[in-house]
Amino acid sequence: MTKSELIDAIAGRGELTKARAELVVNCIFDAMTEALQRGEGIEIRGFGSFTVRPYKPYSGRNPRTGQPVPVPAKRLPFFKVGKELKELVNQSRAFAITGGKDDEDDDDDIDEDDEDE
Amino acid sequence: MTKAEIVQAVYGRLGGFSKKESADLVDLVFETMKETLGRGEKIKISGFGNFVLRDKRQRQGRNPQTGDPIVITERRVLSFKASQILKHALNPRVAGASGAAASAVAEE
Repeated sequence: MTKSELIDAIAGRGELTKARAELVVNCIFDAMTEALQRGEGIEIRGFGSFTVRPYKPYSGRNPRTGQPVPVPAKRLPFFKVGKELKELVNQSRAFAITGGKDDEDDDDDIDEDDEDE
Repeated sequence: MTKAEIVQAVYGRLGGFSKKESADLVDLVFETMKETLGRGEKIKISGFGNFVLRDKRQRQGRNPQTGDPIVITERRVLSFKASQILKHALNPRVAGASGAAASAVAEE
């Protein structure tokens, strides 16, 4: 399921226009992104929780050239699956996994390997 | 941030939805996502991240408290892969900081 498919589903089930559903879905993920930007965790009961973890700077290497590359301190978001969803997911083993490849990133992502710039 | 605060954002920013409608819509979004993942379907929210599913085989593990070997049964797990956009949003760059540092090392 992609974001636009989620929007379609919300429009259909919530009986609102796609335009309105899009605003709702975007508003939710915007609010969540802003909370994480403030370093705030997010807790959605039954679904899971997001936290922000700080990482210290370290010296990495450019895998192509072997050159040392300083990796600056950074903050990364983490998701912990809620108990209910964890069980739900495990029960879905009866079905095949669908929805595309794992490693496929969103289409509109910014350049990915800026770590070795 | 709790679900109540997300509801408040929908209610306060969008207009045209009552508090009850806003709460119902936020519930609907998370319910829909749960149901989707619950039937083995991944979710990709561009700009935020992907909720991916993976099947794990049975393996040998240890009870971290006692050190006793135990069997970890096969299972399906969910993990979240944050989008590069989200990662960048959490790490606003001081202009040129990483590039300058990298080229300083390259010049040595």
